[in-house]
Amino acid sequence: MSRPRTNAEAGGDELDRRLVLATQGGLPLVPRPYAALANQLGCTEAEVRERLAAMLASGAIRRIGAVPNHYAIGYTANGMSVWDIDDALVDEIGEHVGALGFITHCYRRPRQLPDWPYNLFAMVHAGSREAALARVDEVAALIHSRFPHACRAHDVLFSTAILKKTGLRLL
Amino acid sequence: MGEPAAPRARGLAASREPDAVDRKLINALQGDFPLVEQPYAAVGARLGLSEDEVIARLNSLLEDRVLTRFGPMFQIERMGGAFCLAAMAVPESDWDRVVDAVNSLTEVAHNYRRTHAFNMWFVLATGSPEGIADAAARIETLTGLPVHLFPKEREFFVEMKLDA
Repeated sequence: MSRPRTNAEAGGDELDRRLVLATQGGLPLVPRPYAALANQLGCTEAEVRERLAAMLASGAIRRIGAVPNHYAIGYTANGMSVWDIDDALVDEIGEHVGALGFITHCYRRPRQLPDWPYNLFAMVHAGSREAALARVDEVAALIHSRFPHACRAHDVLFSTAILKKTGLRLL
Repeated sequence: MGEPAAPRARGLAASREPDAVDRKLINALQGDFPLVEQPYAAVGARLGLSEDEVIARLNSLLEDRVLTRFGPMFQIERMGGAFCLAAMAVPESDWDRVVDAVNSLTEVAHNYRRTHAFNMWFVLATGSPEGIADAAARIETLTGLPVHLFPKEREFFVEMKLDA
């Protein structure tokens, strides 16, 4: 192929880093955004597209797309459900909870005793607090039915204001 | 004085509702954005919109904060960087000052107020793993309040797609 160089050969990591800096605020809203980036970075449009494709393949980019303001599209209730789960079962239960269609993120995180006993975090987005709470109840019922004594406590933290949402900003 | 301190002004609420075409466009832009020379034209072709209209609508959706962002979503852990969820218990009387102090760090990517004694939850995004502790320490110095870090120990698979 006519590719001038590959990531492993020369400067690919540096080009990736500069691509992150150039696009962390967003993709240019012009007819040929990859050509605009190439112009800015002093490489070819084909290289920009190749590097983006490679970063998508490696997982360095999750996806290229739109990030909606959840409130604006009707998901007005954003509940962070948190669970105090037996350490021996938290990974297995996390897999089950993440697989529920209405859970948008699911992570295991460390407890901060004594203030914070919860080690499993699962985000629920819904049109109302009632709907979100009903979904949290579904999660509780699922855990209880399959792992009767694994969950010691849970809570839901609703967001009441977005204070900042700029996304990643590397210097 | 002068500056209105209304809580609304501190929030980032959208200033309008997306219309039916906006919703169709937002849904189409949740998945794979084409890596072709004219990707907006390609997206438009699928939806029956011109390239100009796709670009104009995206500009307007971002301007009106219906979208918070349009572009690549990076997992900087895969590139040597780090993300970390953090929380603070902020006294109500000190709320505005602490919001400004926390938000002043470029490392603070999102920040939400939540219903709990830990009432401020934010995400730190840094170019290296060491940057997380450094940013947390700077916030503690700026605010005089402890920052609790909740690093991700494991991520469970989810199918994240919200219908607009």
